[in-house]
Amino acid sequence: MDKPKFVYVTYIRSTREKVFQALTDGDATRAYWFGYRIESDWTVGGPLRFYNPEGQLVHDDRLLAYDPPATLSYAWKPLQKGFEGETESRVTFTLEQAGDQVKLTMVHDEMMPGGKMLGAVSGGWPAVLSSLKSLLETGTALERQIPRHE
Amino acid sequence: MDDVFKALADASRRQLLDRLFDRPGQTLGELCQGLEMSRQAVSKHLAILEAANLVAAVKRGREKLHYLNPVPIHEIADRWVGKYQRAALDGLAALKSELEKDEDNG
Repeated sequence: MDKPKFVYVTYIRSTREKVFQALTDGDATRAYWFGYRIESDWTVGGPLRFYNPEGQLVHDDRLLAYDPPATLSYAWKPLQKGFEGETESRVTFTLEQAGDQVKLTMVHDEMMPGGKMLGAVSGGWPAVLSSLKSLLETGTALERQIPRHE
Repeated sequence: MDDVFKALADASRRQLLDRLFDRPGQTLGELCQGLEMSRQAVSKHLAILEAANLVAAVKRGREKLHYLNPVPIHEIADRWVGKYQRAALDGLAALKSELEKDEDNG
């Protein structure tokens, strides 16, 4: 296994159940993920999709691990223009209780060497995770837009 | 948030963050290479950075790999910079409605 390329950690004053729900619920992701909706029937090996704020399918992913409220992992395959030649990478969320907070670790790895995904994800995830934290702790998501790749 | 500012208020620790930005996933030994600091000092600085959540450590076998975690810095930016931008946008929106109101009256 190659070394993970990106590791992000945030502490959220919440429960693992609530954080896990926010990661897997389409209405919740729309609120903090800048309008993007996740959708899956949560069968491991089955499809997992992302729709942009206009309702277009922008990700055709595969669910790799689903173990609520501890682990969520999916193959990451954007359909947007410019990513046609990219092989799928992998996103893994790990949730641990740390006192009254949840330690949420997000690893994005198995990216194609020299691919565009390396540069594309480095700016986006901290914004998504900060917005998730804000939504769960204060009830309000952040308004920042993530870079669009249309 | 105090932890983050305290951790960043040291040139050696910022240097370690720069090295992790350039090459993610380094072990303590790799991080020490070419540095003037002792291994013990680097280890101490890393512990402070980890406590502030600026460095995320991942265990792989017997190794501990270190990564720059930008999320706390992002949260600081959102708290002040993001707010400032929102205020500027609100200001522009208010100005627009004020000017358009005048236009209607005129």
